[in-house]
Amino acid sequence: MDIATIPLREWAEATVLWCTSHGGPLFALVTGSIDRLDAFLRAALRVPPPALVVLAAALWALWRRGIPAAVAVALGLLLIWNLALWKEAIDTVSLVLIAAGLSLAIGIPVGILMAESATARSLITPILDYMQTTPAFVYLIPSVLFFGIGTVPGVLATMMFALPPPIRATMLGIANVPPPLIEAGNAFGATPLQLIVRVKLPLALPYVSVGVNQCIMMSLSMVVIASLVGARGLGTKVVESLTQADLAKGIEAGLAVVATAITLDLLSRPRSSAGRGSYT
Amino acid sequence: MSPPPAIELKDVWKVFGRRAAEALSAVRSEQIGKDEVLRRYDCVVAVADVSVAIAQGEIFCIMGLSGSGKSTLLRHVNRLVEPTAGEIRIHGEDIGRKSAGALRELRARKIGMVFQHVALFPHRRIWENVAFGLEVRGVPRPRRREVAQETLELVHLSGWGDRYPAELSGGMQQRVGLARALAADPDVLLMDEPFSALDPLIRRQLQDQFLQLASMMKKTTLFITHDLDEAIRLGHRIAVMKDGRFIQTGTAEEIVLTPADSYVAEFVRGVSRLKIVRAHSLMRPLDATEAITLDATARAVDGDADLERMIRIVAESPGPLLVVDADNRPIGVVSETALLRAIHE
Amino acid sequence: MDSFRIPIGRLGEQLFALIVRHLQPLFDAFSAIVLFFNGSIHSGLVLVPPAAGIAVVAVIAWVVAGWRLTVFALLGLGLLANLGLWGHAMATLSLVLTATVLSLIVAIPLGILMAEVPLADAIASPVLDFVQTMPRFVYLIPAVVLLGIDAAPAVLATMTLSIPPPARMTAVGLKQVDAHLVEAARAFGATRRHTLLRLKLPLAMPAIMLGINQCTLMALSMVVIASLIGAAGLGVEILNAISTLNAGQGLVAGLGVFILAVLLDRMTKGLAERLASRAARGSAGG
Repeated sequence: MDIATIPLREWAEATVLWCTSHGGPLFALVTGSIDRLDAFLRAALRVPPPALVVLAAALWALWRRGIPAAVAVALGLLLIWNLALWKEAIDTVSLVLIAAGLSLAIGIPVGILMAESATARSLITPILDYMQTTPAFVYLIPSVLFFGIGTVPGVLATMMFALPPPIRATMLGIANVPPPLIEAGNAFGATPLQLIVRVKLPLALPYVSVGVNQCIMMSLSMVVIASLVGARGLGTKVVESLTQADLAKGIEAGLAVVATAITLDLLSRPRSSAGRGSYT
Repeated sequence: MSPPPAIELKDVWKVFGRRAAEALSAVRSEQIGKDEVLRRYDCVVAVADVSVAIAQGEIFCIMGLSGSGKSTLLRHVNRLVEPTAGEIRIHGEDIGRKSAGALRELRARKIGMVFQHVALFPHRRIWENVAFGLEVRGVPRPRRREVAQETLELVHLSGWGDRYPAELSGGMQQRVGLARALAADPDVLLMDEPFSALDPLIRRQLQDQFLQLASMMKKTTLFITHDLDEAIRLGHRIAVMKDGRFIQTGTAEEIVLTPADSYVAEFVRGVSRLKIVRAHSLMRPLDATEAITLDATARAVDGDADLERMIRIVAESPGPLLVVDADNRPIGVVSETALLRAIHE
Repeated sequence: MDSFRIPIGRLGEQLFALIVRHLQPLFDAFSAIVLFFNGSIHSGLVLVPPAAGIAVVAVIAWVVAGWRLTVFALLGLGLLANLGLWGHAMATLSLVLTATVLSLIVAIPLGILMAEVPLADAIASPVLDFVQTMPRFVYLIPAVVLLGIDAAPAVLATMTLSIPPPARMTAVGLKQVDAHLVEAARAFGATRRHTLLRLKLPLAMPAIMLGINQCTLMALSMVVIASLIGAAGLGVEILNAISTLNAGQGLVAGLGVFILAVLLDRMTKGLAERLASRAARGSAGG
């Protein structure tokens, strides 16, 4: 069968060209804001001496999760320090915080919207499904095409990966609020907004907390991929080790990533007890 | 002109299901039963043609087994459930006409609700739970706290305002539920089997507390229960509900002594009549001899005296009992045989 | 802190060299297995003309997931063929299938072991955690050193990512079988093996199928990354496009990966659902 090739590549090319030429100011705005935010965060995180950060993190872990966690966090961070990868780790953490922060700022409201509106749910759920099915690598393409090489495409590609968990978790959390409590709220004359803010969100908190934790972890897992398109950090070291075929460097960078992951995970996980959330 | 009834339900129907309207007209025109409705229209008739007028200050008990539709009916009064047909009026106003905003006003100010499973917000302190209705209305925080404190005192839970629901026992939580309903000083109280989930001892205590508060505050109350004893204890009037219909409405005495059908009769069988049956139901007019021989001052009871009291008097000193009115004039007599028969039948 | 750097990297390298020296035959065997699997699957896939291949996939999609996926399969795969990506897609697909099959051969018995033997769980769980947290890229280096540059290191690196999910899901699925049912089986004298095979595994099927679904998707995402070390397929197109900033090529290749991902995902999920419903009917009737 001799069918002509559909000129999809050309159309894609043309669309991207159109977007970049017309969207210039918008892209520049996004790039500028994220870059400024990144620079600010990195500078801020570099201020305290590593020893102080290790102490603070260990204490937080102790308070939230007990001694084993505090030890793990302390050892991990000390290792990063010892391997002379502290600067890179900060760059990575900054990236993760920005990506996760933006994902949460968008994700939680979207999750609320989806919990409240069946229309929103039916429209957005397939999009979420597709987002979670697509291999993360694929997100690099549009990011690079629109934002070039640097921190921003890394952040944006990471966000594509990290958005679905908080959206799903928020939706699930609100759906799991016991109906009698919602009925009680209604019976006392609460407006829909009051119901969300005063009853539903607080009671959905356990789920949302898990969503936050997962968002952060997913953001971190993208760190190496992000560095393929110019994001600075531990990922850069890993990629370097690959191109230089230097196993030792790769192992050390990899361990630093693991230590960062463990630290971020333990610091951002919700408290294990359900709190006072038990409904009678 | 007398004031309109506090709550009035007129020809209220509720059918659940997609083809509710069709099913309803079929039921009305053909009088088909609920199995038929389910089969033909895949609909459930929860409330069938209920009409009742409840006066201000009255405690009206709706009694029925599970599935009788009583909880659904209750929720029509604050429109948590929309009727398929019929009108609901509160103080003469048709609430079906109200906009969403007006309805919320109504719920926040005029109606308080107490739930079977309490439904306190676990993430808020007790006083914040009690003040919820006020919070929704935008009442400033200090005033809310004040009112919450006062209301907690009414239910004897003064010191507990700063605790969380999980720290309280079931009975205490339900007292908070009651306080929450009372905090906004509503005209109408809706109570959905509020004490059913508590154990019998606590249930009795709470019934006593409720009676105390009710007599003090004179609020119109619609009270749902499946417990006949509770309905008799608390209600001025009782409605027996089955399959969405009011089978019989009346005072406890009327229902117990003159059940409308075999269902009601079966329901009230075994109920202790000692506190229900009153002298005025048992008395017969005095005959000539008794009018002379019976002494108006000794061993006389008024028309409202219950069976228990009359038996106690007769046990001490046998003989027929004289029944007198408020001015001590004889209006009838109750024989010992009548007393004995009343216990049994 | 600068005075003494823990030479973890060097130590790791040396450990690794040790492993290479002593276990080389093992890795050679592995390489041979991979090349065999991948080679056969790839040759098979390549032999099938695109039209026939699309038809087969469409039929499978219909059976397991309904008309929507069938339409998607027809349009999506048709597009791939039309855009000249069929060859790449088949290369990627054969790597994914190879990696998935080999992963499952390891993962499911591992999961069973973890469920039945608490010690195994205590050891394996943290190891799996660690393996999953370590950036996948790091596995590429030792993989290449051990196995050269072809399909084998790609598959090995992929397996590090695609073994944990099904292992975990299998373990969880088995552990969650109602204790009362297990007790009942024991009361009727069933052996441990009998209980495992006849009671637990069937009941854990939904969880296991979900694990297989995740395994497949992980494999796909890793296979694409493995193009960095020479794995053939759509990943090569994507890498190319990124380095030359070629929008058309990149977006289209990305679309190709996306189509494969959706097909794999929906088909494995669909299969899982059908098995689950059949199991439910079976147990209700039996």
